[in-house]
Amino acid sequence: MVIALRTVRALTLIVGMSVLTFALMHFSPLDPITRYVSSDPRMSPEQIEKLKIRWGLDKGPVEQYFIWAGAMLRGDFGTSRLYRTPVSDIIKGRFLMSLALMGVSWVLSGVIGYGLGALAAFKRGKTSDKVIRWFSYVLVSTPAFWLALILMLVLAVWFHLFPVGLAAPAGVLDANVTFAQRLWHLALPVMTLSVIGIANVTLHTREKMVDILNSEYVLFAKARGESSWSVFWNHGFRNSVLPAITLQFAYFSELFGGSVLAEDVFSYPGLGNMLTVAGLGGDLPLFGAIVLISGVFVFLGNLVADIVCVIVDPRIRAL
Amino acid sequence: MKDKAQSETLLSVDNLSIGFSQYIGGLKRRTIQVIVDLNASIGHGEVVAVVGASGSGKSLLAHSILGILPGNAIMSGRMAYGGEELTAKRQAALRGKEIAFIPQSVNFLDPLLRVGKQARIGFDRKTAAARQRELFLRFGLKEKDGDLFPFELSGGMLRRTLFATCVREGVKLIIADEPTPGIHPEALNEVLTQLRQLADSGAGVMLITHDIMSALKIADRVVVIKDGRTVEVAEASAFEGQGEKLAAEYTRNLWRALPENDFDLMFAGDGGNGHVA
Amino acid sequence: MFKKLKNMNARERMLIAAIFSGALLLAIFVLSFTISDGNLRANARIMDQGPSFSHPFGTDWLGRDMLARTMKGLRLSLMVGVVASIISVIISVILGVGSAVLGKTVDNVISWVTDLFIGMPHLIFMMLVCFMMGGGVKGIIVGVSLTHWSLLARVIRAEVLQLKNAEYMQISSSFGKSLWFIAWHHVIPYIMPQIIIRFLSVFPHAIVHEAAITFLGFGFSPQTPAIGVILSEAMAHISTGKWWLVFFPGFLLVLVAKSFDSISEQAHILLEPVSANE
Repeated sequence: MVIALRTVRALTLIVGMSVLTFALMHFSPLDPITRYVSSDPRMSPEQIEKLKIRWGLDKGPVEQYFIWAGAMLRGDFGTSRLYRTPVSDIIKGRFLMSLALMGVSWVLSGVIGYGLGALAAFKRGKTSDKVIRWFSYVLVSTPAFWLALILMLVLAVWFHLFPVGLAAPAGVLDANVTFAQRLWHLALPVMTLSVIGIANVTLHTREKMVDILNSEYVLFAKARGESSWSVFWNHGFRNSVLPAITLQFAYFSELFGGSVLAEDVFSYPGLGNMLTVAGLGGDLPLFGAIVLISGVFVFLGNLVADIVCVIVDPRIRAL
Repeated sequence: MKDKAQSETLLSVDNLSIGFSQYIGGLKRRTIQVIVDLNASIGHGEVVAVVGASGSGKSLLAHSILGILPGNAIMSGRMAYGGEELTAKRQAALRGKEIAFIPQSVNFLDPLLRVGKQARIGFDRKTAAARQRELFLRFGLKEKDGDLFPFELSGGMLRRTLFATCVREGVKLIIADEPTPGIHPEALNEVLTQLRQLADSGAGVMLITHDIMSALKIADRVVVIKDGRTVEVAEASAFEGQGEKLAAEYTRNLWRALPENDFDLMFAGDGGNGHVA
Repeated sequence: MFKKLKNMNARERMLIAAIFSGALLLAIFVLSFTISDGNLRANARIMDQGPSFSHPFGTDWLGRDMLARTMKGLRLSLMVGVVASIISVIISVILGVGSAVLGKTVDNVISWVTDLFIGMPHLIFMMLVCFMMGGGVKGIIVGVSLTHWSLLARVIRAEVLQLKNAEYMQISSSFGKSLWFIAWHHVIPYIMPQIIIRFLSVFPHAIVHEAAITFLGFGFSPQTPAIGVILSEAMAHISTGKWWLVFFPGFLLVLVAKSFDSISEQAHILLEPVSANE
């Protein structure tokens, strides 16, 4: 029941987001026709009219939205103005690249962040706690692109440990790229996104874990002679891992933003980089499609977080 | 009952003081004394009730004996267990084994852990399940109750679970912190009987409570504390008649104010429910 | 009178940090006006110099002083931060109060919109807004404001709901005071501390996001001395290893963001002593 309600809400939010995206594109001063015409001055007024009808621009905004949304649902994202190929073809390959980047960083930042947060809570007040807190506190307001630049400067330019950009060595055919080479080129962007993502989980986990350690049930656990490790394993982990996972799913939004920046700095051929290129090049269909896809992803991430909570927590399940 | 009270001392607490440092508005910090010069002792097979109003620092006494005071607590005084000084190291080694703690509410159980599992913690992995079942039977719980989460327990089941979670073989000292509030008379008697039985089998029991009447049903001696100080240590038998055998004015007033002995109407108003207000 | 840092308690140390942060922000603000624009002009004689006494942040490939560029850039950031934070606070107060007092239907609608804006990938939404508004300062401010009001709106809604049940509110409304009278005389003063705290805490997000958007090319135009522009240019020269081009502008940006964090935490303790008690 609870799950059904949350799912419905998430779906309405996704629809809401698509309306908002469409409205912004629709009411923007850069209407697609003008943009198209300006790129091709030889078009006659009749041709422009024909184009308008083809794109449904002669109809009202609501009708246009439904035409647009319907096409999106069918996976027909239109044709890219920059690349003159179907948007779906461009996105397909890029999507996997971004998925690899974000997936690895998401897991790494979650695991490392949780570990650091828990450690800081158990060592609260000690040096290790102070170091971890200070580190996270600074990282929370560090822009991903600046961290990317610093990592690139130090690890790639100064120490030549990693390549400066791209997902594969330049001039090598895609089929000939080895797995090791891919990993090699994935390293810096992953590092950037993971490090940026750690701070959030760490600070949250530390706070949650400190609450748990101050709770009466941990007091009781200690009174029964449980060791620190036993307290962590029996009570701390159980009560803190769920909020951390929820938080990590809710972090999808920031993750997408971070990947746009990291992909831009390292010229990593993923969705984020494509979004920037499409935006700067005025490629409305491509831009809109990526915005929509990332939005759907983020809302689904939040939904998954909600559902996980409902399933795992016996108190919510009992409602 | 009485002859056992004379047995050798199991635990003694001398001049215990506990304070906390706290922020008071803005940047200033000060120390707040919660317990001052508190004295108490328990022998084998003895039930000692520590009675005082809520907020008189009773729970802190329990926590200090177990060595689980919060980090910002400042403690002084001397504690001895089995004739030797009770150091932090000994506390860590003894708690959960020789010294058991029975807490006061459901909040002391992990909300996300099935109660059966909570009772198994601390046992050897192989035999844990069997021993937990034994304990549940002993305290009148059904086997399938072990699959419940704390929020699913009724008040009476909760008390029994707490007992099953703390009481282990080889326990010599049991510290029960307010195990009786908010339960119906039958369950209350059950709790008291359990504690008395534990004492009769040789353990020392410290019963921390604000409910004198219940405490007197099983206690050998009563330590009365007020504002963190020991007011009086009296034999349970001294609580009779008009309280002539009680040494301190405060204790006498407490005793007389109980509705069961409605002698003194002056105190009946604020102590009317049989509790120390 | 003066204690060693080590002997201070946590609160005192935080206050000191907040004072330092304030001083730093003031210094940046003053410097950004006093440094002459002449330092921003290309100067072939001092190209590509590392940090030195006369150019603490070094110079770039055109011989422009990086300290001057950074300060002017931070001034822009601060300006965007102030305007965007004010706008998002205004949006959140209107929606938060409206949500709490205008009945269940309005509350549901506003809560849904709030969820929508909280859930949206912020940077991408900002890119969309900037893209649609053709970049520039207007796009940045609209984009940043639109993405930063949602959490505050939730907080304000909760605060006002709490207040609504307070006794003096009930009395006031039974005296027949108008909704606006009540809002102005009781609600706004009550939520003022939250507004100030949140205004300060939105700030660091706003400036970091502005820099990110500009860095990607969606914000300030390349001719503007914005931090995002400076860093994006520095990226093109990164393989030469001139670290000062990348390090100082970004570091100062983080420092400014952290300063606002520290001041906002101090404000939290001073304005909301109860909830801030540790």
